[in-house]
Amino acid sequence: MRRIRVIPVLLIHETGLVKSVKFKNYQYVGDPINAVKIFNEKEVDEICILNISNSKQKRSPDIERVAQIVSEAFMPVAYGGCITTIDQAEKLFYNGVEKVVLNNSAVQNPGLITELAKRYGSQAVVASIDYKSTFFGNSSVYILNATQNAKKSPVDFAREMESRGAGEILLNSIERDGTYAGYDTGMVAKIHNAVSIPIIACGGAGSVQHFKDAVKAGASAVAAGSMFVFQRPHNAVLISYPPYQQLTDTLKI
Amino acid sequence: MIAIINYGIGNLLSVQNMLIKAGVRDVVITDDSSMIAQADKIILPGVGHFDYGMRKLKASACFDILTRKALDEKVPILGICLGAQLLTNGSEEGTEKGLGWIDAETIGFQADKFEESLPVPHMGWSEVSFSDHPLFYGMYDTPRFYFVHSFILQPKHESDVMCTSTYGYSFASGIARHNIYGVQFHPEKSHKFGLKLLDNFSKI
Repeated sequence: MRRIRVIPVLLIHETGLVKSVKFKNYQYVGDPINAVKIFNEKEVDEICILNISNSKQKRSPDIERVAQIVSEAFMPVAYGGCITTIDQAEKLFYNGVEKVVLNNSAVQNPGLITELAKRYGSQAVVASIDYKSTFFGNSSVYILNATQNAKKSPVDFAREMESRGAGEILLNSIERDGTYAGYDTGMVAKIHNAVSIPIIACGGAGSVQHFKDAVKAGASAVAAGSMFVFQRPHNAVLISYPPYQQLTDTLKI
Repeated sequence: MIAIINYGIGNLLSVQNMLIKAGVRDVVITDDSSMIAQADKIILPGVGHFDYGMRKLKASACFDILTRKALDEKVPILGICLGAQLLTNGSEEGTEKGLGWIDAETIGFQADKFEESLPVPHMGWSEVSFSDHPLFYGMYDTPRFYFVHSFILQPKHESDVMCTSTYGYSFASGIARHNIYGVQFHPEKSHKFGLKLLDNFSKI
């Protein structure tokens, strides 16, 4: 039996679905509802929907729009994108979201993680950590679509998130995003050594072998964007997902 | 009509969405007693802490009618996740008494007895082995369902086990006694497997 979850990450920019490279160069992928319907057919383990235009514009989640998308998702859904209040989370949960993903709020208002975990349980709260190398060769957490350095080390921040009550860490390498170069397994291992909550590795996936590498490094789940929405070499839009049997054979532990 | 009990806990719309996908036309999310009185099937969903859920349910306006439907009228009732745990006598998670509609306890995963080291909560997909039960009629091969839980159902009588799964060790992932059923997993989020189960429930 495979216990490793394989999670497509869908990025919503304005109203459409996009995919980035290193958090920039958005390429239009299509309509979110259509994509979710295709992922249903492919029986994906879980999906993660992140609205990446909300935070910068300080726009709260469009609950109705999320509800529309989620009403088509017959698999677990995690949603993120400028969630700043309990009330927003409450509405998201009511509409069928299983987990809320906090990124900017996790840095600006970590108490919200605790409040959410107390009310809905840690399993419903995902702390999203975007990070990249700084000038000095260290890694640092970034917020607002990688435009602002939060001046925190990913390892320390992951520990803080766990102690605040987060149930999972979505660990996203900004530098590997959209590159197909494989996960940053070094960082996955470091975070794995620092916390006991599950880690979802994200950023750089290009093959099922990469999933396996991340699992070896300590990831409990793997996430990917480009790999599931593009066909290489020309990045033509084609939504895909490895067959269940292939994932089971490769990721059995 | 299927009534999904709204006692202010859990993601109710997902359950309704899946039932609609299964072709069930008449499904309502409600805490209205007169509405529930007319229901010929009832779903008790729920996620979260046992005591919180039990207190909310007992405080809700529909608690009396729900009890009557379950015990006197004996309409089919399906508890999902916390909703299933509430059907038991009580939980190690809290101190509140459960509904006790199935003679079972809700106990924590005993991670020290796991055959291998695994994190709790159990979060993700697991395969389900089932006995002959209407909820599993025509089920697809090697069915798998989505789980998120730290506590498990432990029926007193082997005959009340509807299905089992393995996480660290084998446990009852579903229990059933007469018209009362409970599943620890989330059929509403389990693709065609959950669709089939809820479709079966709607046809009991």
